[in-house]
Amino acid sequence: MKKVLILGSGALKIGEAGEFDYSGSQAIKALKEEKIFTILVNPNIATVQTSADLADKVYFLPVTPYFVEQIIKKEAPDGIFLSFGGQTALNCGVALYKSGVLKKYGVSILGSPISAIILSEDRAKFATHLKKINQPIPPNYPVVSVKEALKKAKLIGYPVMSRAAYTLGGLHSGIAHNDIELKKLVDSALVFAPQVLIEKYLYHYKELEYEIVRDKYDNCLVVCNMENMDPMGIHTGESIVVAPSQTLTNFEFHTLRNASIEIVRSLGIVGECNVQFALNPNPNGEIEYYVIELNARLSRSSALASKATGYPLAYVAAKLALGKGLTEIKNQVTKVTQSCFEPALDYIVTKIPRWDLEKFKGAVEEIGSSMKSVGEVMSIGRSFEESLQKAVRMLDIGVEGPTDNHLFSSKEEVLQFIKKPTPRRIFALAAAFRYDIRVEELYKISGIDPWFLHRIKYIVDLERSVVKDPDFPIQKNLLLILKQAGFSDKKIGSLTKHTELQVRSMRKKFGITPSVFQIDTLAGEVPAATNYLYLTYHGSHHDVLPAGKKGIIVLGSGPYRIGSSVEFDWSCVYTARHLKKYGKTSIVLNCNPETVSTDYDMSDRLYFDEITFERVADIYEFEHPSHVIVSVGGQTPNNIAKYIHAYGIPILGTKPKDIDRAEDRKKFSALLDRLGIKQPRWDSFTDDKSALAFATAVEYPVLIRPSYVLSGAAMNICYNEYELKFYLKKAVDISRENPVIISKFITNAREIEFDGVAQNGMLKAYVICNHIEHAGVHSGDATIVYPAERVRYFSGKKMIEIAGELSSALAISGPLNIQFMVKDNNVYVIELNLRSSRTFPFISKVTGINFAELAVDAFFCKAKTIDIPYPDYVAVKSPQFSFARLEGADPVLRVEMSSTGEAACFGNTAEEAYLKALMSTGFFLQKKAALITIGGTENKIRFAEPVWRLKNLGFTLYATHNTHAFLKSKGINTKLVSKVYEMKRPNVVDLIEGKKVSLVFNINKPEGEPEQLIKKEKTDGFMIRRAAIDNNIALLTDLNASRLLVNALDKYKVEDLEIKSWDEYI
Amino acid sequence: MINPILEFQNGIIFKGKSFGYEGFTSGEIAFATGMTGYPESLTDPSYKGQILVLTYPIIGNYGVQDLSSWESSHIQISGLIVSIYNETPSHHKSIYLLAEWLEREKIPALEISDTRLITQTIRDKGSSLVRIIINDNNIPRFHDPNEDNLVALVSSKKVLTEGQGKKHIVLIDCGIKENIRREFLKRDVKLTTVPWDFDIFSEMKSFDGLFISNGPGDPKIVSQTIETVKKALQKKVPTFGICLGNQILALAAGGDTYKLKFGHRGQNQPCYEVGTRRCYITTQNHGFAVGRIPKGFSPWFINANDGTNEGIKHDSLPFFSVQFHPEACPGPMDTLWLFDYFLKAL
Repeated sequence: MKKVLILGSGALKIGEAGEFDYSGSQAIKALKEEKIFTILVNPNIATVQTSADLADKVYFLPVTPYFVEQIIKKEAPDGIFLSFGGQTALNCGVALYKSGVLKKYGVSILGSPISAIILSEDRAKFATHLKKINQPIPPNYPVVSVKEALKKAKLIGYPVMSRAAYTLGGLHSGIAHNDIELKKLVDSALVFAPQVLIEKYLYHYKELEYEIVRDKYDNCLVVCNMENMDPMGIHTGESIVVAPSQTLTNFEFHTLRNASIEIVRSLGIVGECNVQFALNPNPNGEIEYYVIELNARLSRSSALASKATGYPLAYVAAKLALGKGLTEIKNQVTKVTQSCFEPALDYIVTKIPRWDLEKFKGAVEEIGSSMKSVGEVMSIGRSFEESLQKAVRMLDIGVEGPTDNHLFSSKEEVLQFIKKPTPRRIFALAAAFRYDIRVEELYKISGIDPWFLHRIKYIVDLERSVVKDPDFPIQKNLLLILKQAGFSDKKIGSLTKHTELQVRSMRKKFGITPSVFQIDTLAGEVPAATNYLYLTYHGSHHDVLPAGKKGIIVLGSGPYRIGSSVEFDWSCVYTARHLKKYGKTSIVLNCNPETVSTDYDMSDRLYFDEITFERVADIYEFEHPSHVIVSVGGQTPNNIAKYIHAYGIPILGTKPKDIDRAEDRKKFSALLDRLGIKQPRWDSFTDDKSALAFATAVEYPVLIRPSYVLSGAAMNICYNEYELKFYLKKAVDISRENPVIISKFITNAREIEFDGVAQNGMLKAYVICNHIEHAGVHSGDATIVYPAERVRYFSGKKMIEIAGELSSALAISGPLNIQFMVKDNNVYVIELNLRSSRTFPFISKVTGINFAELAVDAFFCKAKTIDIPYPDYVAVKSPQFSFARLEGADPVLRVEMSSTGEAACFGNTAEEAYLKALMSTGFFLQKKAALITIGGTENKIRFAEPVWRLKNLGFTLYATHNTHAFLKSKGINTKLVSKVYEMKRPNVVDLIEGKKVSLVFNINKPEGEPEQLIKKEKTDGFMIRRAAIDNNIALLTDLNASRLLVNALDKYKVEDLEIKSWDEYI
Repeated sequence: MINPILEFQNGIIFKGKSFGYEGFTSGEIAFATGMTGYPESLTDPSYKGQILVLTYPIIGNYGVQDLSSWESSHIQISGLIVSIYNETPSHHKSIYLLAEWLEREKIPALEISDTRLITQTIRDKGSSLVRIIINDNNIPRFHDPNEDNLVALVSSKKVLTEGQGKKHIVLIDCGIKENIRREFLKRDVKLTTVPWDFDIFSEMKSFDGLFISNGPGDPKIVSQTIETVKKALQKKVPTFGICLGNQILALAAGGDTYKLKFGHRGQNQPCYEVGTRRCYITTQNHGFAVGRIPKGFSPWFINANDGTNEGIKHDSLPFFSVQFHPEACPGPMDTLWLFDYFLKAL
């Protein structure tokens, strides 16, 4: 084996996120150690695995059978890894195997046999297999039609579970209580999957997972078992999960362990595998369990298990796939034991998913058997209370613990939120205990094991005992008990009417400070050389000595969410690693198990803990490092920077007072005025009257947003007074202390991304990229092009000038990102961020200059000035959306960000790169037929020419009434389809559902469809967009992007897209 | 009146909170790293005379089930140390709280937050004598259980024959874990359990195999059992031993044993089978180990972490034994095949 091809998972999406950057990166490292030439296919440019120091060759191309075949043809690898890139890689690999491509080119599949993978992915065959080896499965039937589904459901009896085969994260699966619900589920599942399984719904069974590794010598072990706090019925990716299991006896634990090992052996797995079980909490007889699912690949759960135990699962799995035995692989974490053992934990891990459902207009809040969460946090503690409260804070949703969210107005509402699972359930449970609802009753309605409920009750009771007796100073003993139960200083302060800092100094006076403990995989049995740490109040010693002045703390990104994702992990990783160059000890703090920054070998020290002021101060006071870096982990560390600074902790890079001058809108605006730099007119308002007067003065449209913004939260464009009034009312609900900002919205303006690094106020290097979409589409959802072909020389020069002025005025040292807007040769500054931006990995990879490292150089005043030459290639970054998973969400581009990931590809032209990037995010044309619905005359005129070209390309075109008539007047014939409200069938939705088209252009009037949000009515536009998403049909809603796509289709057929690796471009 | 403490012989003191029987005790301290199976561990006679620290920090989660899940008829440890005792267990088969059980069986138990520090102390300084003091009226002296014949304390007092199988196995009970007997009986044998000092070869007519059980303490104390096994070897009776049984077989065959610094107690100990690529995850509970391998025997299993011997096998005759616990309970059941292996040798 000399050359191995690794398939990545592509853009981050719901159900397939950062965990595969972790697994792929570890696999590449494992291969490189064996001196194997590695080739990676992954268009996810923000990942660590696609960086220069990992794979020998990287292809930023779609992970689809066509492109992978071309790469195989070109590279002639000996082997291929399918299990490190999630379901995307696995599906692609299976397709290549089935079509005979792998055989044709002599590529062997490394790791588990493909037959086992195929068997485990086919629910019916897998069920038969399990029956053969006497492993119980829930009564179930595979069906391929709705009719059959209804018949089988009758046989099993409602409620039943409907699951789609071959999909990620339980997409289109659900529980049906009657024929109508089942029909809806099966209908939608059959769109995506050829087969659906109807099975017994295991009501309130416990859900457990086992992570297993096996080598080719048949050594097999369980690295971790995990217990879902939420019972069966909620996808494991949506559940609160603890490791190890808490409520299982030895007999139960090991019966399931044995079962998982038997299954893994029977399939001949070589590498990693995950088995999920349902366990009846009140069985007839000794034990009653069912096998629910098996993933013959690295998964979200295996990433969690890896971080929870300190066992590098992906690394080990890669070695096993190469034919190594478990006894031949050294334990990379302890350095003293080996990989053939089962970790013993002396702590409890809690994972909570991070949802962002409020970011999606219209999305249904209820969670269930398919994934909706966009990220997760993992916390480590020595009691469940400590671990749970930490985890809730790690979510970074502005709460201090499960008792901190007073979302419910009545007992009835609380009970409703417990019965119906939503992201708010954990808060509802705490609230229920405040209403004195009993554990038994909550168990009955939630199915959450009383063990967990009692612990939550303990937290609530403890809090109430403090509330009853708000004496301060608190008794030392009570304070310790509160800290051991996971209460933050801030929370204790709010209970006792004191500030966070008062509580902090009080507890320090009492000597109540957390202990630094190692994750050593051995529960302390052997002294381990591990640098993997957490803090706990259940200790009286530290496992390690402080790092001292050489140490520098690097704050990570926290959970992935809309607007903060793998790109910040990339910056964090390369910042931490580059500190070595300056002889520093990197100390990374992060709490996200999907990240590479939390890998054992990415930093000198890793704290898997909260990114809060309290925790940073705790670590600072223990480690005595020289500085903290707050500018590479995105918004989370940025938000606590001022508290860290105020506490006297030195921050590396741009001075906090200058950061404040950039972040405080008023100060920044004044600075721009002083420097004579243009900005859209804006002001802040606390009352409606002056806000409305301002809007009238600057003329609509205006942009409204609250003071603090992450990913455009609650940002909206208002085209008239009616809309502004509506959003003003809403904004006040969001935040009372902070005023509302209103700025003039400039229509049809270009938006430009300017990223760079400055040192002591001198700009050392920069990159300019332009958005394809006009201003008004969030930069995280925009299509971004490098080089900025659409920026004229004059404007570009102006931007560089402005960046230089701002760098100098704010004495910037480190990363900076400016968002510019250009209209009629006027250059406006929208905002300046003094931190590494979302585009940092993109600009680093498309230029070949690592900007994260350059920023570190700037911190130490060693950055060289780099003049980046204009490239002879183009790179395009496209957003990845996950609307298909979010029932009810409106898939339209807005000022609020809603993409979950991104993909970027190279090409000789923007069109070539764009087509590749779009295909990387799931775009494909099954046939040449498109639906066109365009709102607004200007849009119609501007899109008429592209439509004409589509026609010439041989597309069959369908259009709704107005569009049809307009195009006809321009001499372009389209087939007329009626809108839904016209009550004629077949209508436009029928057309989409019948798969008559494979491309939908739905371009709004500039003023959009605000009435939908205001009146909560479903418009035709919404129904068209939703139908396209639900039927897996390509949808474009932006005019400029649509034009670019048509140009690309005009210029390129798939065969014309060049198969070139990264190093062949730059 | 003082707070409850755990005191090491060298004077190190850990303050705790009592949650078991309000009495004093002393013994040898040991830690176990298994994350589940506390009822099994507490009733394991091999722990006789020991004060056990469980490294998993939350204990008591599923209460205590009935006797059928115990490894002997009562709690064997002298005292228990945990980080957090959970008093709100949840399990359909739980019949008492762990605290109630400890109270009933008169076993002192302490909650001491930093059990990791206790573990590290044992790991670094070696096993030690300790005492649990609940109040200063009752301060026990440090007592070394290894000076006692612990086996005599836990071994059965009479002969018991069970099962109707064709093969007849005599089992020397040095403090047997119930699951060994369950595993034998599952395999349809006739099983005669005899006390540790029973003179088998004078009292019994014929049988097919001899089994030497696990048990507590220093193997060299049970010279009578060693003598019995010597006879069995001379008579070429197929012999299988587990844990203490492994050490007794080694001593009977002319090998030697020694005391480990702090023993192996957990459910995750990897042992590889010599001459193969196979490695098994095993449950272990031993403070002594086989050092010199007896003549005619070879190492059978080796601990993959520290290289200590985990089993011996005679080069030509059916004599073999393992240091780990194939019967599990608690722990992985990966080496249950050893029972079949023994039956095949009969």
